[in-house]
Amino acid sequence: MTLLRQRAAQGGPPANALTSGQLPRFAEVSIIGGSAVASGLVLMLLGFNLVGWLVLTAVVYLVVLGVLSSIVENRRKATDRLVRGTVTVAFLLAIVPLVSTLYTVISRGISSLTLEFITQSRSSSFNADTLEVTNTPGALQAIVGTLIITGIAALISIPIGLFTSIYIVEYSLPGSWLARTVTMLVDVMTGIPSIVAGLFAFSLFSIIMGPQAFSGFSAAVALSVLMIPTVVRSCEEMLRLVPDDLREASLALGVSKFSTIVRIVLPTAIAGIVTGIMLSIARVIGETAPIFMAASFTDNFNANPFDGPMQTLPVMAYTGFAFPGPDIQASNNSAWGAALLLVLLVVLLNLIARIVARVFAPKGSR
Amino acid sequence: MSDDMTSTTPSPRRTSQDVLKKRTGSAPKGGGAGSGGTSLRGSRVRPGDLIFRSLSTGSAILIMAILAGVALFLIIQGVPAIVADWKTDPSLNEGFTLAYGNFWQYVGPLLFGTLFSSAIALVIGAPIGIGIALFISHYAPRRVAGFLGYIVDLLAAVPSVVFGLWGIIVIRPFLLPFSEWLNSNLGWIPLFGGQVSTTGSTILAGSVVLSVMILPIITSISREIFLQTPRLHEEAALALGSTRWEMIKLAVFPYAKSGIVSATLLGLGRALGETMAIAMIISPAILVSIRLITEGENSQTIAANIALNFPIASTLQRQALIGTGLMLFVISLAVNIIARSIVTRGSAGGGKRRRRPPLPVIPMSDSSSSAALNIVNADPRRDPVHAGSSTEGASL
Repeated sequence: MTLLRQRAAQGGPPANALTSGQLPRFAEVSIIGGSAVASGLVLMLLGFNLVGWLVLTAVVYLVVLGVLSSIVENRRKATDRLVRGTVTVAFLLAIVPLVSTLYTVISRGISSLTLEFITQSRSSSFNADTLEVTNTPGALQAIVGTLIITGIAALISIPIGLFTSIYIVEYSLPGSWLARTVTMLVDVMTGIPSIVAGLFAFSLFSIIMGPQAFSGFSAAVALSVLMIPTVVRSCEEMLRLVPDDLREASLALGVSKFSTIVRIVLPTAIAGIVTGIMLSIARVIGETAPIFMAASFTDNFNANPFDGPMQTLPVMAYTGFAFPGPDIQASNNSAWGAALLLVLLVVLLNLIARIVARVFAPKGSR
Repeated sequence: MSDDMTSTTPSPRRTSQDVLKKRTGSAPKGGGAGSGGTSLRGSRVRPGDLIFRSLSTGSAILIMAILAGVALFLIIQGVPAIVADWKTDPSLNEGFTLAYGNFWQYVGPLLFGTLFSSAIALVIGAPIGIGIALFISHYAPRRVAGFLGYIVDLLAAVPSVVFGLWGIIVIRPFLLPFSEWLNSNLGWIPLFGGQVSTTGSTILAGSVVLSVMILPIITSISREIFLQTPRLHEEAALALGSTRWEMIKLAVFPYAKSGIVSATLLGLGRALGETMAIAMIISPAILVSIRLITEGENSQTIAANIALNFPIASTLQRQALIGTGLMLFVISLAVNIIARSIVTRGSAGGGKRRRRPPLPVIPMSDSSSSAALNIVNADPRRDPVHAGSSTEGASL
C-alpha cells in the first residue's frame, strides 16, 4: 500500500495493484533461456565445454535474476528469488554425479558384460607352442562369492534383526533399560565404519583360525555387523506402524502374545519388513572394504565359504584397478564389468523392494 | 493443519478394522484356549510364547554382545602393536611401518588426514545437501517432491567402489584444470600451494567424491526435519508478509537447527569411515599437510591406509593396522553419539512435535536417517495422535 501511495504521490504510471512491482511470470524462464544462450556464445569464443556452459549459465542466471528483481521488485524479493535459484541449482548439482556415475559405469562396463563373462570364471591358459598365457575374463567366481557371502550375512542378520525389533516394539516395557540400551546401541552400530567391521571379523577369525583367516564366512560375519542395525531399524519402524488397535483386539479375544505377533502384527507389517530387508541387502552387497579385509581376493573359483579366500563383485572391481594383472587394460575392463554387474544387482534389489512395498502393502494405509 | 489431522487420523483406524475383520476369522481358534478361565493372572504360559519371548530378548542381548565383541576383538588384536616398541621391533622396522618411534607417531598423521578429508567433504557437501533438502521440502512442487527425494536417495544405493571408479575416471581429470588454476592464481593460500598434481590423485578429488557420498544422508535427515516444521509457524510467518525465504529463516531454520547439526555430524561419521573412494583416488603420503592439490603431499586417511596395506602386512603390522582401526572406531563412535544426543536434546527442548503426512516415498534406504527420526518423534507409536489432539485443542 505504501508503495502504491508513493507511486501515486510521484505521479508515476497507474499501477495494477496486484501485479505492480513484480517481475512478470515469464521472466524466470526467459532469463534462463537468455543466460544459456549468452553463456553459450561466450564459451564459443573461449572454447566450448558442457560443464563450463552449465556452470556459467547458472551463474549468469542467478546474477541477472538478482539484479533485475532488486531493481523491479525489492531487495527482499530479490533475496527470495536468489535463494530459490540457488537451492534449485544445488538439487541439479546432486543429479549430475548420479547421472554421470551411472553413465560411466554403463558405457565402460557394457562391452565386457557378455554371456561368457557371467557364466565363466576367470582363467588363464598357457600355450606351450607360443609360450603365451591367455587370460579369459570371467566373473562367475565373483558372482557366486557375492551371492554366498551376502546370503549368509542375510541368514545371520535377518533373524537377529527381526527378533530384536520384535523385542523392542512388542515385548519391552516402555522405558525399560534393556530396550533403551539396545535402541541406543543399534543407533551406534549404524555408525560403525565398514572397514572396522571387516577388521573385527578378521580379528575374530584370526584368533580362532590363525593368521591367514580369510574365508567367505568371516566376510559374511563382517557384513552382518553392518546389516543387523539397518534390519532392526526398518523392522522396528514397520512394526510401530501397525495400529495398536489390532494388537489390543487380538489380545482381547484371548489370543496369546505369540500368536498375536505371528498372526496379526507380522502379516500386517510384512510388506514393509520385506522392503526394508531388501534395501539393507542392497546396501551391504556393495560393501567392498569389509569383504576385502575378511575374505581377501582371488581369481579362483571357490564356493566353500569356510575355506580360503573368496572373490566378490565389489572386490573384483577394486582389485581390477588396484592390483591389475599383466594386461592392465583387460583387468580394468573386467573391473568395469564387475562394477556394472554390481550396480545392476543393486538396482534389481531396489526394484524388487519397491514392487513388494507397492503390491503387498495393506490397502488404505500409506 | 487441523484439516490434515482430521482427514488422516481416521483412515488407519478404518483400515485396522478392515484388516481385523479379515483376520479374526482364524485368530481366536489359534490361541483362544488358555484364556477361557476366570482368573486373568493365572493363565498358563504357552511354550511357544515362552520360546518366542526368550528368542527376542536373546537377540536384543546378542546385539549388545556383538558391539562389545567388536570393541573387544579390536582391542585384543590392536594392543600388541600399540604397546610394542616400534624402534626396535624387527617386523615393524620394514615396509610401510618403517621409521616410526611408536604407534602414536604412526596414527597421528593418519588421524589428521581422516579428519581433514572429511572436513573438506563436509564443507562441500553439507551446504549442498541442506540446499537440496530445502528444495525438496519447501520449493519443489509437492507432487514430484517424493520422487525427487527418491532420486537423491538413489545416490546412497550406489556402492562405494563404483564411486571410487567414477572418481578415478571422471573426477580426477575434471578437477585437473581447476586445481591448476587455483594453484597459479590462489597459490599464496597454503591450501592451494605446493607442486600442483599432474595426475589429479589429490585429496581434493577424494573429498569431492566423499562429499557426493555423504549428500544422501545429510539430505534425507534434514529434509525430514524441515518437513516437520509446524505448519502454523510457517503460515504465521507467511501471513505476516514474509517471502518464502524469510519464512524459512523465521520458522524452519530455528525449528530444525539441531536436526541440521546432527545431519551434518552423521554425514561426518559416514565420511570418516569411508574407505574405497579415498583408497582408490588419492596417491597418499603419511604426513600432516593441509595442501589440497599437490603431488605426494596428500594426507592419508586411516580407512584407506588399512585397505591399501592390509594385504601386504606381516602379523604385527596387521595388528598395527587394527590398532589404527580401533582409533577410527572410537572417533566415529564419538561423532555418532554426539550427533544423536544433539537430536535428542533438540527434540526434548522443542516441545511436542507433530508429523506432517509423510512424503509419498518414505526414505528407507538410509537407516541412519530413520534412526535419527525415531529419536525426534519420541515414541511414534502413541505420540502423533495424542500430541496432535492436545495441541489441536489448544489451537482451536
